[in-house]
Amino acid sequence: MRHKSRSVLPGFGVSLGITCTYLSLMVLLPLATVFTRSAELSWPEFWSTVTSPRVVASFRVTFGASLAAALVNSVFGFLVAWVLVRYRFAGRRVLDAMVDLPFALPTAVAGIALTTLYAANGWVGKYLQPLGIKVSYTWLGITVALIFIGLPFVVRTVQPVLDDLELEVEEAAASLGARRWQTFTRVVLPSVAPALLTGFALAFARAIGEYGSVVFIAGNMPMRTEIVPLLIITKLEQYDYAGATAVAVVMLVASFSLLLTINLLQRAARRRVEA
Amino acid sequence: MATIAITRPAGAAPPAIRRATGESPAVRRVLTGLALAFLGLTLVLPLVLVLHEALAKGFAAYLAAIREPDALSAARLTLLIAGVAVPVNLVFGVAAAWCIAKFEFRGKSLLITLIDLPFAVSPVISGMIFVLLFGAHGWFGAWLADHDVRIVFAVPGMVLATTFVTSPLIARELIPLMQEQGSDQEEAAIVLGARGWQTFWRVTLPNIKWGLLYGLILCNARAMGEFGAVSVVSGHIRGETNTLPLHVEILYNEYSFAASFAVASLLTLLALVTLALKTAVEWQQRRQALEGAETSVPTERIAA
Amino acid sequence: MTIQVRNLCKAFGDFVALDDVSLEVPGGELVALLGPSGSGKTTLLRIIAGLEPADRGAIFFQGEDATSTPVRERQVGFVFQHYALFRHMSVFENVAFGLRVRPKAARPSEAEIRDTVMGLLELVQLDVLARRRPSELSGGQRQRVALARALAVKPRVLLLDEPFGALDAKVRKELRRWLRRLHEEAHVTSVLVTHDQEEALEVSDRVVIMNDGRVEQSGTPEEVYDHPATPFVYGFLGDVNLFHGRVGGGRVSIGRGTLDAPEWAGAEEQAAVVYVRTHDVELAASPAGAASLEAVVRRVRAYGPLVRVELDLVEGGRSIEAHIPRARCERLALARGRRLFVSPVNPRIFAEPA
Repeated sequence: MRHKSRSVLPGFGVSLGITCTYLSLMVLLPLATVFTRSAELSWPEFWSTVTSPRVVASFRVTFGASLAAALVNSVFGFLVAWVLVRYRFAGRRVLDAMVDLPFALPTAVAGIALTTLYAANGWVGKYLQPLGIKVSYTWLGITVALIFIGLPFVVRTVQPVLDDLELEVEEAAASLGARRWQTFTRVVLPSVAPALLTGFALAFARAIGEYGSVVFIAGNMPMRTEIVPLLIITKLEQYDYAGATAVAVVMLVASFSLLLTINLLQRAARRRVEA
Repeated sequence: MATIAITRPAGAAPPAIRRATGESPAVRRVLTGLALAFLGLTLVLPLVLVLHEALAKGFAAYLAAIREPDALSAARLTLLIAGVAVPVNLVFGVAAAWCIAKFEFRGKSLLITLIDLPFAVSPVISGMIFVLLFGAHGWFGAWLADHDVRIVFAVPGMVLATTFVTSPLIARELIPLMQEQGSDQEEAAIVLGARGWQTFWRVTLPNIKWGLLYGLILCNARAMGEFGAVSVVSGHIRGETNTLPLHVEILYNEYSFAASFAVASLLTLLALVTLALKTAVEWQQRRQALEGAETSVPTERIAA
Repeated sequence: MTIQVRNLCKAFGDFVALDDVSLEVPGGELVALLGPSGSGKTTLLRIIAGLEPADRGAIFFQGEDATSTPVRERQVGFVFQHYALFRHMSVFENVAFGLRVRPKAARPSEAEIRDTVMGLLELVQLDVLARRRPSELSGGQRQRVALARALAVKPRVLLLDEPFGALDAKVRKELRRWLRRLHEEAHVTSVLVTHDQEEALEVSDRVVIMNDGRVEQSGTPEEVYDHPATPFVYGFLGDVNLFHGRVGGGRVSIGRGTLDAPEWAGAEEQAAVVYVRTHDVELAASPAGAASLEAVVRRVRAYGPLVRVELDLVEGGRSIEAHIPRARCERLALARGRRLFVSPVNPRIFAEPA
């Protein structure tokens, strides 16, 4: 990294030095161990570990529930963002602030609260029970927890874009004869789509790694409601470090590809705005 | 000459504009209702439940649960962990934001991505990496055992894991803020003869104080509330390597629901304070932005 | 204090901001750097201030090499286009900043700081607003605070980067006159960057016209306006009409009209561009000599002391603009469609670049 000296401000060397040293020691070195440790496995060993039925089942649970939760959040997150930006009603500011609750609330607290809420005798669960819907300790419960965790990601990426959307554009569409629904689907939605996609990807990325809020409500039945992070912990507790690292490598690769996708999405969105 | 007929929707201009770009009141009401119901179900209800369950056995039981020695020791450890993780990440966050926002250099976007990296890592894996490094079978495991130093399944590991998980928070809060503010004011200070530290303390810091405060509070809330990563590296020994969130888990798994929710309510309070502060900070920033924007107020004439 | 700039070069990546620029600012004068955006004038100012390092070249303050002197030690006052006031400080504290950050030994006493700051605030006529925050001031007031702040450290040189660029036209005019008066009282060597030719010509003792990272011409406002050295300067200063024609043998021909061009007496015939200021275009009802070109009035805008007349030349189809006194306009009874004869006065001829 070469400093293209364009600034007379001091402290470039020191601050960049601190940043790089810290990142190397605190982030890169520890993360690298996952990959070096997994390299101790031969390829067939690695493959059989990550394709064993219990691991595959946990991948299916984690990725399936994360996908479902991210989809629900895309719909309702967009709705919430829309209502918060466009409509004025009592309590709007409070609700707006509340959207960040899942960021700030410890996941364990969210976990026990949601579990209690959706248990068969819980405030919500007791209304679902007669309908034959079981949430706590099922795949559905995992999804509910992941919806809670992912909501702010969708709302907070869509909200500023909706805020910046010029009303004039919609007025132009209306003046050209478009109906409200046509204006929405042809003008509003396409401008918000990149942000919505980014929000979806962020919520999905957060969901696949989530542990605290899910582990209470999941029931943790191997093959059925066992999520990948829990499986990693189980393997660690059994001193199966090789197995844990192998699964972790798959998760990290998935997460990093998502991060890369999100960065590309955001760069594309920015280019579109600037163009 | 051809005439162009301009057709307007019926009605005077302002209502017509509103009609052109807004939904009908009925649609508004339905959408608002749906959004409120969703937010109520996903956010408000769990919050109310925590407070309700915490006091389910009365206020005396609530006080007893949070004054119990194990709870107090968990609180102390939580404070200790946050007490290390937050200052360390403060130094890192300010340094990272300074070099990224105030200078141009190659590899900057890579650096930003690396700062964000811990966000993309599952908390469980964040804990695991320190087990792989410092555990009995880890890279430094044998050396640590020889020197009788325990890092994982002990407090140092919990501090490390928490620091890792919370490392992007302050940097992420400061980078966009400092980028937006530019370097004009700092340059002005330097031209007027201020030294580096003077410039930072007297000019930069007052300008970023609100964002910095929120970054600190958020980092603190996440450090105190971290569960997955800490859970992996904790020895789960009551009174020794339990933090408040881990204590919540133990109590819950022992079916001491009221006690569990009582401790959880403390963490919930912390979260609510964090949100309130965030709202205040955003309000401050919006006010500053508005102040910055109004440049064309008419001046009184300058007397000749 | 004089400033000398010698052979300065500066590039940002592929973009050449300054290409071998040399100039001299005599002590006590106010010099304007004038040019379109991207001409390198702000970069030059920032290099003089020490805010930007040069790739090559040198800067001398009073004959002393200041090229590698850090900005803090150059003792320059810099006024930023967007004020760069410290938002969290009062007007008073903003002006006092440069005194307060001095090392203890050199720092004036609290009473001295008070006197200096209040004196400066009186000078910029803002003493009653000393306790206000910058956000409570208008744009013009903010810029005067910025100026007082820059003057507080007793700079050897005052550098102003488009100081009035963000203000509206009326405030700008007032501040311009005020700055000139201030300069006449204080006599600090000053360099002002602007893209507004009117501002540059009105305020400064000397104007340096820049284009594409080079100095096109420098001189007093009268010199550069009356004797532009290059076609660029001619086009940049004032409103101008442009004719394509041929020059040689002491005459220039534009269409069927011809004009004397004594300075081209010995030149071979070649293509030329002829510049004529809009107020140097004479209109007449009948042809007046060989120089007359026939034209049709397209539009007349009769506000202010000068009437602006747009005309289409009958031959060649070019349109030109003439600014003529109101009385003359009435005498000619100008109206759309009227046929007239146009004669250029004081033409300036440049060979057409091949």
